[in-house]
Amino acid sequence: MRLDVILRVISKLLLPFMLVFALYVQFHGDYGPGGGFQAGVIVAAAVILYAIMFGLDAALEAVPVRVVEIMVPLGVLIYAGVGVASLLLGANFLDYDVLGHDHHHAQELGVMLVEIGVLVSVSGTMLAIFYAFAGRGR
Amino acid sequence: MDFLQTVVSHYNQWIAVFLMVSGLYIVVARGNMVKKLVGLNLFQTSVYLLYISPGKILGGTPPILAAEFAVYSNPLPHVLILTAIVVGVATLSLGLGLVVRINEAFGTIEEEELFARDPEA
Amino acid sequence: MILDNLPALQVVIPLVGATICALIDRRRVAWPIALAISLVGIVISVALLAQVLAGGPISYAMGGWAPPYGIEYRVDVVNAYILVLVSVIGAVIMPYAPRSVAAELAENKQAWFYTMYLLNLTGLLGMAITGDAFNAFVFLEISSLSSYVMIALGRDRRALLAAYQYLILGTIGATFYVIGVGLLYAMTGTLNFVDMAERIVDVESSRSVLAALAFLTVGISLKLALFPLHVWLPNAYAYAPSVATVFLASTATKVAVYLFLRFFFSIFGARFVYADLPLTEILLVLSVAAMFIASIIAIFQDDVKRMLAYSSVAQIGYMTLGIGIANLNGLTGTIVHLFNHAVTKGALFMAVGAVVMRVGRHDLEGLAGIGRRMPVTMAGFVIAGLSLIGVPGTVGFVSKWYLAAGAFESGAWLLSFLIMASSFLAVVYVGRVVEIAWFREPTQAVASVEEAPLSLIIPTWVLVAASVVFGLDAAFTAGVAERAAEALLAGIL
Repeated sequence: MRLDVILRVISKLLLPFMLVFALYVQFHGDYGPGGGFQAGVIVAAAVILYAIMFGLDAALEAVPVRVVEIMVPLGVLIYAGVGVASLLLGANFLDYDVLGHDHHHAQELGVMLVEIGVLVSVSGTMLAIFYAFAGRGR
Repeated sequence: MDFLQTVVSHYNQWIAVFLMVSGLYIVVARGNMVKKLVGLNLFQTSVYLLYISPGKILGGTPPILAAEFAVYSNPLPHVLILTAIVVGVATLSLGLGLVVRINEAFGTIEEEELFARDPEA
Repeated sequence: MILDNLPALQVVIPLVGATICALIDRRRVAWPIALAISLVGIVISVALLAQVLAGGPISYAMGGWAPPYGIEYRVDVVNAYILVLVSVIGAVIMPYAPRSVAAELAENKQAWFYTMYLLNLTGLLGMAITGDAFNAFVFLEISSLSSYVMIALGRDRRALLAAYQYLILGTIGATFYVIGVGLLYAMTGTLNFVDMAERIVDVESSRSVLAALAFLTVGISLKLALFPLHVWLPNAYAYAPSVATVFLASTATKVAVYLFLRFFFSIFGARFVYADLPLTEILLVLSVAAMFIASIIAIFQDDVKRMLAYSSVAQIGYMTLGIGIANLNGLTGTIVHLFNHAVTKGALFMAVGAVVMRVGRHDLEGLAGIGRRMPVTMAGFVIAGLSLIGVPGTVGFVSKWYLAAGAFESGAWLLSFLIMASSFLAVVYVGRVVEIAWFREPTQAVASVEEAPLSLIIPTWVLVAASVVFGLDAAFTAGVAERAAEALLAGIL
């Protein structure tokens, strides 16, 4: 553990950029390649890198298991919630058109909300899988 | 010659079929449960290729309407396969999770060893 | 407004329920949520069936994207019937669940069990309701993944192996399905069932379409456990928690049979499947093999749950037999047997589940004399067993009647005879249980056992009663099944 100072410092430096990059991928998904799934994996990768460098306990302190367990269903709930919202506004399930004042804005808003749900769910799931295996047999 | 040409021009499908068959072979032939899952994943991955490779048209652009482009690639296979990848990840992690539990419960993940130790299983 | 959105709500409500169960993660909250949602599910599915019977197929455009570009939920008589079947079984199980689950699962896993149950319900309902081939795959995997988890929650450590084995074979089956859909998509350029059925006519002579049919047939056959692709089924049913066994045995294979019907009759079309290919022969041979071989294996089982699981394989043989016969009576027999077998097998597994809860084991020896200690439960078992055999006055008779009539009409009187003959095998294995449960002296372990609680007996008897009531008056079930069969044979979507 003494010799990995460089690794630790570099990864600590990298972490904020990884998270920002995840957000870039997330919101760039509206216009080009990207989206919640890729961003979610990057967020999870950042936390996993942290866990590898500083130990599982440190990662568990930063992102506790309970938080992860909430994130997984919460993302699905956000997604379904957008659908139910459009139902309640009088359109078909997941019809974004009623969410905004015109077609383009409404579609963008709808996709963005759904992608946020995907981000939450995917990053949660990836971390849950990592924790489940990493925490085994300790 | 014609035959050869069909073979070469469908090289993407040959690759997909090769991966598919090797994946399935690993699932059948290996007794180690983790290796079986690797084979299963290879099998699933080959299907991704089967979907995606015909979706790309040479010279085609992303399907965004623009005056200067007339040929578009089909984006739908990508979307479908993104979903299939998610399913694959879920299956693989659940499968590995089961293998970990099996290892804890039986003390081995080799099928032969397992059945030798516990004939009832 | 609500009425227009019923198709979406049918799937969305259990999905939302599952996420809420997982979010709260409390046993006491999870069960009431699951119960409420399963009851709402019945209301929705019955309303859908009524709408369809009155006004023809319903089309629902997901996200407002008109079919064939968007995902379409399409409800006709066939899948409205399947929706009612799944949601009725799902709801009957829920009052049964809390006591049985509490007895078989650790406390911290119970909320997850209900989450998985609701996800499974979502997947099965989604598979039945969707009009999109790839969407059906996604729902297929949702239901499969959740059923692997439910099976792995079983008490016996062999449940883990059963779940692993099912995971491998189930994934191969699902992947075969995707390959088939991919080939069809490449040939027709569409995933929408209706659209695909129209376009496939132009390309049906191509080898890709034949390959697609082959992949789809094998893939779905794996999921519905057509003999000899049934190897995952006995262990999965035997070691899963009782509630999961009841639910999976009554619904999962049935929805796969529905998918089979949909592809054979609505998309490829009966003419293509039966006239140009030897599928009739293949299906008939495999079905008859299932009916006899699986029944004979069932006779030699020492474990009641495994015995009933092999009996399920045999009963699936009857369903595919009707698909192979492919005339109106045969197909009606298949469709009505989906419901009849779900009710019968559900009742049998529920009775066994009640015994497991009291005695703690499900091998035959452990059941000696249980009829004297738990008379109400075991009386239910006997009546449902009679229905499994196909005694007149029970639902089992109704389906066999239609199948035999269908076989006779198609000129295969030998098949009619085989249907009767295989029933005698059911007499043997049901009789074995009856003999041990009623005519043996109770062992010491059994002697101290009490009758099952009412929350287990009532759902069991609801299904037992259903298997008698719909056996005496089959006008409704067989009537709907016949309309569904007519629609399928006409190739109408």
